[in-house]
This record gives sequence, C-alpha cells and structure tokens, in this order.
Amino acid sequence: MKKSNLLAVDGSPGGKKALQYVLDTIDSSTVGIVLAYVIEWSPYTFNTPEENAERHQRRESEITRAKAGVVAPAKKQLEEKGFSVQAVVRHGPPAETLINLAHEYKVSEVAFGRRGQSGIKSLLFGSVAGSLIQTSDIPITVVP
Amino acid sequence: MQSTCHFTRRAHQECERPSSSPSSGPVAGVSNRLQRALKIPVAALLLATAWLATTMAPAHANIDTTINNLTAPVASWVGKVVFFKIPLGGADLPLVVLWLIAGAVFFTFYMQFVNLRGFKHAIHLVRGDYADPNSAGEVSHFQALATAVSGTVGIGNIGGVAVAVTVGGAGATFWLIMAGFLGMSTKFVECTLGVKYRNENPDGSVSGGPMYYLRRGFSDRGMEGFGKFIGAFYAIGIFIGALGIGNMFQSNQAYVQLNHVSGGALDGLGWLVGLIMAVVVFSVIVGGIKSIAKVTEKIVPFMAVFYCLFAVLVILMNYASLPAAIGNIFTGAFTADGVAGGALGAMIIGFQRAVFSNEAGIGSASIAHSAVRTDEPVTEGYVSLLEPFIDTIVICTITALVIGTTHVAYPGFAGDATGVAMTSLAFEQKFSWFPIPLALAAVLFAFSTMIAWSYYGLKGWTYLFGEEAKTQTTYKVIFCAFVALGCMVQLGPLLDISDAFVFLICVPNILGLYFLAPIVKREMESYLARIESGEIKRFKN
Repeated sequence: MKKSNLLAVDGSPGGKKALQYVLDTIDSSTVGIVLAYVIEWSPYTFNTPEENAERHQRRESEITRAKAGVVAPAKKQLEEKGFSVQAVVRHGPPAETLINLAHEYKVSEVAFGRRGQSGIKSLLFGSVAGSLIQTSDIPITVVP
Repeated sequence: MQSTCHFTRRAHQECERPSSSPSSGPVAGVSNRLQRALKIPVAALLLATAWLATTMAPAHANIDTTINNLTAPVASWVGKVVFFKIPLGGADLPLVVLWLIAGAVFFTFYMQFVNLRGFKHAIHLVRGDYADPNSAGEVSHFQALATAVSGTVGIGNIGGVAVAVTVGGAGATFWLIMAGFLGMSTKFVECTLGVKYRNENPDGSVSGGPMYYLRRGFSDRGMEGFGKFIGAFYAIGIFIGALGIGNMFQSNQAYVQLNHVSGGALDGLGWLVGLIMAVVVFSVIVGGIKSIAKVTEKIVPFMAVFYCLFAVLVILMNYASLPAAIGNIFTGAFTADGVAGGALGAMIIGFQRAVFSNEAGIGSASIAHSAVRTDEPVTEGYVSLLEPFIDTIVICTITALVIGTTHVAYPGFAGDATGVAMTSLAFEQKFSWFPIPLALAAVLFAFSTMIAWSYYGLKGWTYLFGEEAKTQTTYKVIFCAFVALGCMVQLGPLLDISDAFVFLICVPNILGLYFLAPIVKREMESYLARIESGEIKRFKN
C-alpha cells in the first residue's frame, strides 16, 4: 500500500517552500500526496446577523479562490513530477484541522512551511507550526 | 426556474423558489408597481417624522420636551389599542399578554417540555459535537446563538428589569423567570420554522423570519390570501417595531446612563448624543465599516461576563439581605399587596418585561437563526432554547437580585430613578465607580442590539419592498434617524410605543406558530429518533 504524506499549502511563501521541499526530496513512486489548504476559520466567533447571512457565499468564494489560486497550480506541479495527488480545501483552525485531515487521510507524515512570523507575534498569538509540533501524533516536517 | 436548495439531502427544508421578478418582494395582493410606489411615501413619512423632531426648537432642553409632548399622546393611543385590557381579579390583564402566556404554556406542553429535556442537547450542539467537518466554514450553531444573544441582551436586561420591579414589585422577578422558562419553548418553535421556511436570494444570501414562515405556512394549509396578509402585516410590524425596542429604547437608555455617570452634564444634550450614536450606527450598517461592528461584537460578551461577575459580587456583598430579597420575590409573586393589581399585576409586568428582553414570541430570533445552513431545522430550535435562558433566567435574574438585595439593605436607595438609573444606583452602593463601566456596558449592549435589530427591521422592509441595494439603504437611513430621535424622548412614552409594536407583532406570530406547531413537532420527533438510532452522527466527544 502506497503511503501518503500531507502537504499543507496556504498561498504564502512558506507553503511554496514546503511544496518545493516535497518536489525535491520525496519519491513520487512510493508516496502519494494529500494536498491540503486550510482556510483559517473558527466556529466560535461573534458576528453580526448580516455577516451570518452572507457567510455561505463568502465560504463558496473562499473555497473557489483557494482552489484556483493555490491548490490547482500546486497540484499540477506535483502531478508533473509523477505524484498522485488528492486535493482538499477545508475551513477551520489551522493546526487542529491539519491534524484531523492527517488522521482522516491516514498519512504518515505532514510537510508544513513556516510562515516566519516575528518572535513577538509568535509569542502573543502562537504560531501554527508551534501548535502543530506540540499537538501532532504524526511526524511533522517544518520547512523553514 | 431552478431550486436553490441543492445543499439539502433530505426533504426537511422547504426552500422558496426565486420569484419571477427578483427585485420585488412578495406582498399581500399588491402589485409590484404599487409596492414600488408605496415604498417612497412610507420612507418619506418616517424620515419626515424624524427630521421634524430633530430640527424643532433652538433651545436644547426644549427639543427634548417638545418631542416628548408630541409623542406622548400618540404613544398612549397606540398603547391603549394594543394593550386592550380586561379586568381580572383586581388587575387589568392586557389580552396580548394573555395571548403570549397561553402560547408559551401551550408550546411547552405540546413540545413535551423541550425547554427542560432539550437543554443538554442544545449545549452539545453549540459545542460543536454534531458539526460535520465538511461543513466547516458555514455559520456554526455557536455563531447563530452568539448573534441572536447579542441582539437580545440589551438595555432591557439592565434597565427593563428595574422598571419591572418598580411597577410590579419584587414579585415581578418570579414571573420574569417563569416567562423566561416558558418562552424557551416559543423560541424553539419559531426558530425551527425560521430555518425551515427561509428564502434563498439569487445572490446567495438568505432571508428568513416570521413573515416568510407565516405566509408559506398558511399557504400550505390552503389559506393563501390570509397567509399573504399576515406575512405583510408582520413585516410592517417588525420594521416599525425595530425602531422602538431595537433602536430608540436602546439609545435612550444608553444616553440616560451616560448622563447619570457624567453627573447630569449631558442634560438637554440628548439630541447631540443621539446624533453621535446615529452616525456610528450609520457608519456600520450603511458605510459597511465592519471594524466597528467587529470590535463591538467581541467586546460585548466580555462586558456581559464582567457585568454578571460584578452583579454576583454585589449580591454576595449583600448576602445578609439575600434571604429577605428572595423572600420578597416569592411573597410578591403570590400576594403583592401594595402593587397595583396584586399578584396578577406582578405577573403581567414580569411577563411583559421578559418578552421585551428575551424576544420569545416576537419572532426576531428566527430571523437571526435562519442564516444557519443546516439539514435539520430543529437543531436551531434547540440552540435557541439557550437564549431566554441566558438572557432572562441568568442575566435578568442577576440584575433583579442586585436591585432586590439593595432594596432590603438600603431602602429608598433609588429615590425617583427607574430603569438603568436605578440599576446603576444599586451598584453604586457597593462600588461607587461602577456606573462608569456600566455606562460603557450599556452603550455597547445598546449598540450591538441596534445593529442586530437594524437587520431584523431591514428584513421586514425588504420582504415588502424588495432586496435592491437602494431599498435597503433607505431603511437603514431611517433607522439611523430614529437612533438620534430616541435620545430626545422620555422613557415613559417611548417604552409605551416600543412595547405596543413589539406586542402587536406577537399576535400574528403566535397565531402562525399555533398552526405550524404540528410541523415542528414532527421534525423534532423525527430528529430525536434519528439521534437515538445513531443515524445522525456525533463527530466529537
């Protein structure tokens, strides 16, 4: 059974670096790729009624943008290299969602590009990479 | 014409097919051209009223008095009609309050005490236990609840309770809590229907609420003409009512508290404070300056927790008076000598203020909940159970106990003050600085309630006049004008008018709920069966 790795992309330079890492170091004949784009979202926010009413169309356009702008080009690059790719776009808190996706798709490893936020920002708001490393039960490769 | 319901997998959701002319709204037997023609004069009339009010008399103090003199007789006339009273056991029972109480009691029994038995499930839903990961990114149950609660938690929780206790005595508190408890069932029914009978607009946004379920519900029962009429009646009622309960009452009481805190420095400057508030509301709902709304929406829950925390502190500090205060509540609930109308009077006031506060029976929450995209409309019903609980059983009761214990510990502390001023004085006995954060809380609560109600009123307006952008802006401008107006009127007539419209729309709403309750019951039973059988998946915990 072919094993698979999860590659997290988000349109940021970090995501691109992770993609490059996978292209350069992973063997496409033995490893399938689950290409995941997590759109940052929390179910516990406070919104105005108007925001709620518009939420569905917003969600659709966010997914479309993610698919067309980031996921489709990345998928193409991977497939050209011979990888078999499953693409998924999902909303949620980034670290938690990536881990859930990793379990869902039964991947053996996760590749994730660091966004490189400044020290203070990471300290105050936390970094996705930090949360991932601390809460994941699957090997994570953080591409700096 | 394609159905806009491609997301449903079950036939539990009734969705409206887009009307043949997407820019017009459905209305009782009135042609499109007449609707368009009516829209402008109605808007003009409302704006003229507000404008006239704001430009009268140069001397500031006189503006406030003049408005007051103008509105008082209108308020009293409207009040007499809506609150038509029948004498009963020494008290005058307004028929409309009886209508509400009967409805709440009926729905509690008919839905098999869902307010008790559904409570735990509501918590599970809000926590996200049944949230399908694939539908992440849509409005969550928590968000629907938070939005609706921020709309209902307003000045009524701080000031309305004080009014209840002043007029109805301590016993009104008991009936307030009872009304909150029974109102949970009414909310359950109306929010389920709000989701079930909503309209999906061509641009993807959602419009739902009692005007939609009333029209569709009666139509499904073969009473199409009546359905159209009652839907339109409700729509008119809510876009006018929004100007009272969700607008003028809020800005007025916020101004009162600001004035109190500044030691009367803002006397006669109601028009200025109102104008400032109107500009801020305008910038959010018309200007689309989301940042203000976002900040408010985030601060409001903190302020609510802060308020409750300090209220509990005050109660604890008055712990010696607590048994007496609670005793007063119970004796007042059943005997209430000294209160006009006795125990029945306390009950009437308790119910009135509770409905005003938690909006059960008014149907406004169903507008908020209709935005949730779910296959199971009844889940929103469960979630909405928590609103009267949070709003009335928790927050209003806490406020009532603060006032009650302060009454016992410091008799006569309030003097002439009522409303928010009285609550403020109660806190002042223990925390002399409290009026300042209370004023901030009052302004924020008022603001978030105004934002929510501008949306509810807007939905009534667009139901009648169409969803075009210009139409929407017209109502929003009218709404802002009334924000300013609210600060120029005295509480008395203002409360009368607000009350009158709000209770007026309870009448068609609850009538519709009686007719449509069997549908809700079927949904509930089918849903519960599927939960039992495991067909509905629990994703977490």
